Amino acid sequence: MATPLDPHAAIATEATGLRDGALTTADGQPLGRALARASRRARRRAFLLVLPLLAFILITFILPIGQMLYRSVYNDGFSANMPAISAWFAEHPAGTDPDEGAFAALAADLQTSAEDKTIGVVGTRINYALPGTRSLFTSTGRKVRSGIEPPYQAALLDLDPKWGDPQLWAAMRDASSAYTDSFYLASVDAKRNVGGEIERAAPRQRVYVMLFLRTLWLSALVTGLTFLLGFPIAHLLATLPLRKSNLLMILVLLPFWTSLLVRTSAWMVLLQQQGVVNDILIWAGVIDNGGRLKMMYNQTGTIIAMTHILLPFMILPLYSVMRTINPSYVRAARSLGATSWTAFRRIYFPQTLPGLGAGALLVFILAVGYYITPALVGGASGQLISNMIAEHMTGTLNWSMAAALAAILLAGVLILYWVYDRLVGIDNLKLG
Amino acid sequence: MALPKYATPLERVWHWTYLAICALIFFFLIAPIVVIIPLSFNADRFFTFTDAMLSLDPEGYSLRWYDSLMTFGMSQPDAPRGTSWLADMWANAKWVNAAKNSVIIGVCSTVLATVLGTLAALGLSRPEMPFRRLIMALLISPMIVPLIITATGLFFFYSSACVPQGSWAQALLSPVLSKSGCLANTYLGVILAHATLGIPFVIITVTATLVGFDQSLNRAAASLGANPRTTFFRVTMPLILPGVISGALFAFVTSFDEVVAVLFIAGPEQMTIPRQMWIGIREQLSPAILAVATLLVAFSIALLVTVELLRRRSERIRGVTPG
Repeated sequence: MATPLDPHAAIATEATGLRDGALTTADGQPLGRALARASRRARRRAFLLVLPLLAFILITFILPIGQMLYRSVYNDGFSANMPAISAWFAEHPAGTDPDEGAFAALAADLQTSAEDKTIGVVGTRINYALPGTRSLFTSTGRKVRSGIEPPYQAALLDLDPKWGDPQLWAAMRDASSAYTDSFYLASVDAKRNVGGEIERAAPRQRVYVMLFLRTLWLSALVTGLTFLLGFPIAHLLATLPLRKSNLLMILVLLPFWTSLLVRTSAWMVLLQQQGVVNDILIWAGVIDNGGRLKMMYNQTGTIIAMTHILLPFMILPLYSVMRTINPSYVRAARSLGATSWTAFRRIYFPQTLPGLGAGALLVFILAVGYYITPALVGGASGQLISNMIAEHMTGTLNWSMAAALAAILLAGVLILYWVYDRLVGIDNLKLG
Repeated sequence: MALPKYATPLERVWHWTYLAICALIFFFLIAPIVVIIPLSFNADRFFTFTDAMLSLDPEGYSLRWYDSLMTFGMSQPDAPRGTSWLADMWANAKWVNAAKNSVIIGVCSTVLATVLGTLAALGLSRPEMPFRRLIMALLISPMIVPLIITATGLFFFYSSACVPQGSWAQALLSPVLSKSGCLANTYLGVILAHATLGIPFVIITVTATLVGFDQSLNRAAASLGANPRTTFFRVTMPLILPGVISGALFAFVTSFDEVVAVLFIAGPEQMTIPRQMWIGIREQLSPAILAVATLLVAFSIALLVTVELLRRRSERIRGVTPG
């Protein structure tokens, strides 16, 4: 016997449950309310099944990324350890020349910070904006630890004339608030000048916009190449009889299942100057021994390896769409007098667009965030934005900068992800 | 695809050109993977086919790079090969250790990802699931977000989310946390990260299996008196099992192949095969890397065959014609 709240039971009693003219369940409840309750319970049950995973993902994935985003706008390395001068900056608007009061606050802060051994943190924070200033803080800190006499302005300038540099004061003003947009400004090659206005960074320091553009350009190029190489293959697989195409599909799926590092190291072996590709070219007489091509540790290596690695992600969605295309449309076009090229261009190709869109978006999304392959075969000219993030994380230890660059990359990827969901639907994502 | 009888000569030429182009692209796809296999048996320290190899001279081939995989890191690699040598290898050889770590981390994260992912996929496949699209997008996102971003976020999170020193929580969790009470540099941290990265694959494969699932089977079981648990284990589970297993294999491969997160959040203890490869490739590319690569290719072939067989089996029991 099913429970009375079961909607099927409610429907079953419909015939006999006509009491007082209103539809009720067997135990006398109004049918509408019983159904609403049953569907609420079904919704809750479905949600409870998803809840453990949702909580897991929120804690191990969403929370860490949120924390990273917070770090990209929050850095208290300066403000927490230099309270007096930070207060002075808060009281005086941008563009005010530092007076004796400012230098007194600075001297007091430097002294306490040197005693607390936090002067290195302070110097590092300013060093992000003005490279080479960390030592100014640490050396001055060492000298003022034993005490400093007023007038402070003259005394500090005497210790190091760099303390009068307006650039330094602009950088300190920028860092005097824990919440800052300076890392985002730096990510687009901009900074605040002495007057507090936004201006472009010095030409030598303009690296990030170029890296973002290179990442976009290389990703677009790789997407284009995977399309050029993937389309004929997908078409062949989709039109061959199933038995043959399943066999050939193994040639696509094997690279797909092979470790990324294996494929990358395979390309390193092949593309070396003493490697197999150069040997074959010499044997074929295309180049001579002195003219061995340099195909690795530059953009060429990155493009070749990434195209190879991402090619299955283009072929698989294209294939699954092409399988569903009815061949009689093309035959109809031919019978109406279209040449094979016209039939392909006007009839067949437009029908492949959903697969093409899915594949291209997927390849582009994956390419934009590539790290391993450019790091191993890219050299200097083949580095992408991910490599710069890793460099800031492990090399320069400018974690706020890494977080800001990662946030911009993340925003781009999420927009593409949204477009993908709109156009293709994540439900239609297929693997193998 | 056969050429129609009415094809013009030009079309015939194009058809054969097209097949040749396809053959070249297939060659591009598969050649890099195939080439490293003979090169891993190279007797010399080269990454190219030596004259001896090309003339198929047995002298040109050797197993020395496979041997070096076992001896690298051993305390006494030259000792006579007996039980003590084996014990030394099992305890000290770097690649053996890396393999052990990879398997431990892979298996644990796969179990976690598969259990949570299958449950969630069951919920997501119910028509009454609220906010289905949004939640699905959220759960798939670890696959879409670049690994470097995930790794950066986890690095900050693992070094900041720590239990207080000296608290009862630290005493309780000390076996799985680092000395400072954090998740950084621990097996648990890597396992949680890899489970997160593997979950999208489980969700995708299991929901794909559930698309063809006939919900009336569940109702039939319930009407015959089975409670929800019996229904799940006796009716639903056997039918979706192929999907669950192939999702688990995807999750395992994801963990087994993952290096970026490991580089950022793992300590020297958690040396995995990809990390050892990464170090080997960065420091000095030796043919030993190709020996590892060859073993991994063999492993992927085994996985590919398994997944393919599972897919066919799943289609058969669901009554879907293969296609």
